[in-house]
Amino acid sequence: MKFKAMTAIAALAVSAPALLLADADDDTLIVNGEIEMITKAPAPEHLSGVLDEIVSGWHMRSDETQVMQADDFDNPGMIYTEQALDDWNAVNGTKGKSCASCHGDVEESMKGVRAVYPKWNDSKEKVYTMEMQINDCLTDGMGADAWKKSGAQMAAMEALISVQSRGMPMNVAIDGPAEATWEWGKELYYTRTGQLDLSCASCHEENYGNHIRSDHLSQGQTNGFPVYRLKNAKLTTVHGRFKGCVRDTRAETYSPGSDEFVALELYVASRGNGLSVEGPSVRN
Amino acid sequence: MKLSTLTLVVSVAAGSAMAGPIAPADVVFTEYGAVEASLSGQPGDAANGAKIMTTKSTGNCIACHEVSALSEAPFHGNVGPSLDGVADRWSEAELRGILSNAKKTYEGTVMPAYYKVDGFTRPGNAYTGKAAEGALDPLLSAQQIEDVVAFLSTLKDE
Repeated sequence: MKFKAMTAIAALAVSAPALLLADADDDTLIVNGEIEMITKAPAPEHLSGVLDEIVSGWHMRSDETQVMQADDFDNPGMIYTEQALDDWNAVNGTKGKSCASCHGDVEESMKGVRAVYPKWNDSKEKVYTMEMQINDCLTDGMGADAWKKSGAQMAAMEALISVQSRGMPMNVAIDGPAEATWEWGKELYYTRTGQLDLSCASCHEENYGNHIRSDHLSQGQTNGFPVYRLKNAKLTTVHGRFKGCVRDTRAETYSPGSDEFVALELYVASRGNGLSVEGPSVRN
Repeated sequence: MKLSTLTLVVSVAAGSAMAGPIAPADVVFTEYGAVEASLSGQPGDAANGAKIMTTKSTGNCIACHEVSALSEAPFHGNVGPSLDGVADRWSEAELRGILSNAKKTYEGTVMPAYYKVDGFTRPGNAYTGKAAEGALDPLLSAQQIEDVVAFLSTLKDE
């Protein structure tokens, strides 16, 4: 343990001391001294002419916040994965099943899952988020009640599933049957909303690296979700964060789990194709 | 309607201090986005303008702009250009126009329009995330815009 913590600190120590305020820093993230995270990568082809490099929001945070994510004992998001593991193994619903009844060991069955979601669901004929799949399992598979969309229990289970893919590059499919949803998500990304008349792109494409007051704007990547936000002291889902962003444009938001946010999640996830799954990450 | 528009035009043309505030929909922009007439019909209060610029619930201009003269307020952003010496670069009418609706000066700018109440997508009820109820108020009142214009007009390097 001591050794791992020291490795993490050593990894952070390589950062150049004199950084321009506006830039992403040059730190490297190695979790537990063993999982090497890809936090900067060439932008995926569909962003050609828009972005050259994609950068995890981890780079926009202070060293103090960054180091919390480098060791699972310091990452407050990890406690929720333990709670979710209890849910994973708990029999729930009329069919007398747990998640484990069908999926066995979460560490094996869920490896790689987070990296490819949202993804097209052939039988439902629509793009599915992990949340939609989890709720389908609960209701159809187990005969249990669905969990609240973007609620605490859901966020914890998403964290548990994400952890199994940490370090693996995000790789959501945007072609084939998912393409129409992806196009819609792209349209939503560039639509300026609210009385402040801002789109996702206004801050996270045109101005990442700049500051709004004390907030260091990131590219708005989703590879770190669910995120443990220090300001809320709990996990935040992608849709929860989308809602907060849209609200901050003085707009009427979409709801977590809405078709709009599902489409937007696919599109934004695709902008991060190539960055490592980090969830649960730590941000401020 | 015709009559009130006419009255407005006449009072603006006369530069009358007796005119009430110009409604956001009635603001007249020049071809380059300037607004010649005072929105409130009253002079601006520069000290109050400085306060508006640093107050999160009103202008919060320093969220995006650095202003050395306001350095006692923490955390100036850099999404927009520094406003140091802004009065050397822009006239009062141009500053008023940029504040009222910056898109008339800079097409596609991310800067919000502080004196505009329609034409938005999914306008909300302030920062609640809920739909707006009834007509929107502008982000700043006519007099608040004038106060900020008055303060900005003091920012001269030359």
